Amino acid sequence: MNKKITIEKKVLSENDRLAAGIRRKLSEKKIVALNLVSSPGSGKTSLLEKTLKALNGKLNMALIAGDVQTENDADRLKKAGGKIVRPVITGGACHLDAKMITRVLDELDLDEVDILFIENVGNLVCPSSYDLGEDMKVVLISTTEGDDKPLKYPSMFRRSSVLIVNKTDLLGLSNFDIEQVKKNARTINAELIVFELSCLKETGLEAWYEWLKDRVTAKKGR
Amino acid sequence: MIKNGEYNGCVDMHELSVAMEIIDIVEKEAAKRNLKRVEEIALKIGALTGVDPEALRFAFEASTLDTPLAGVKISIENIPVRGRCLSCGKAIEVKEFVFICPYCGAGDLEINQGEELDIAYIVGQ
Repeated sequence: MNKKITIEKKVLSENDRLAAGIRRKLSEKKIVALNLVSSPGSGKTSLLEKTLKALNGKLNMALIAGDVQTENDADRLKKAGGKIVRPVITGGACHLDAKMITRVLDELDLDEVDILFIENVGNLVCPSSYDLGEDMKVVLISTTEGDDKPLKYPSMFRRSSVLIVNKTDLLGLSNFDIEQVKKNARTINAELIVFELSCLKETGLEAWYEWLKDRVTAKKGR
Repeated sequence: MIKNGEYNGCVDMHELSVAMEIIDIVEKEAAKRNLKRVEEIALKIGALTGVDPEALRFAFEASTLDTPLAGVKISIENIPVRGRCLSCGKAIEVKEFVFICPYCGAGDLEINQGEELDIAYIVGQ
């Protein structure tokens, strides 16, 4: 005879358990952890390159660069002066998960680290479900994309704390309306902190750097 | 994943990894309860999860071919996004991902459902 068995278990409970472990470990070491997400080509790696160069010597930064197939992004970040850069090749999977991050963190010496950047796989759908133990998700959008992207990928914008609009040097060359993108994003998440910048022309980056430094100061409680 | 000989993007990959987790949990539970056969798996999917129910069904079917879980009925309860406006205190339902209170226009909402991605129950013998 058939019987009904109540389970009431989260499907991603194993990922959530590992993410909680990561969060605990990073919190003990007072490390700020940011999970960078966007479509492919919005400028996650470029932003991290600039950030590494600008804050080198001021903050100790570690990076985990997720990629579906290559180590190209990690190589770029090493060239930009990243001392602790680890590639994670997902082998076809479209997102990083907590198991991958746990494995990498076990090999890293985190004692001197102030801030950990996790560059997720370029994708606005899948990474939103996988908690990596980060403090916040930072979502990037560039001005060559549609300004309705927040409406198309609401989960990601809802779960992010920071929105970075990159490639502002190209504003006016397409029908991307920066006010519209902010309005769309805030419809989904009124609390979003927004930065407008151009990695290529190096404008608007100072506010981002200051925000990062403030996060580290707040975390260290000094 | 490959479908009709073409790489069809990663949406299915996402649902595929979700399907694999479901299979793992259900297999363990079935073994624990000495079930010879699982007939049904009931899921709750919140609108905020970004998980597409049809893609998940497809991924589940594809991953259980020629396994004891092949042909299992998947029941899905879609959970809407609901909560409360912290400004005016009214209960609200968020439609179309507009997280703005329909009564007072405030954006500070307390969301208390819609994030579910749960296995509610299984039926078997």
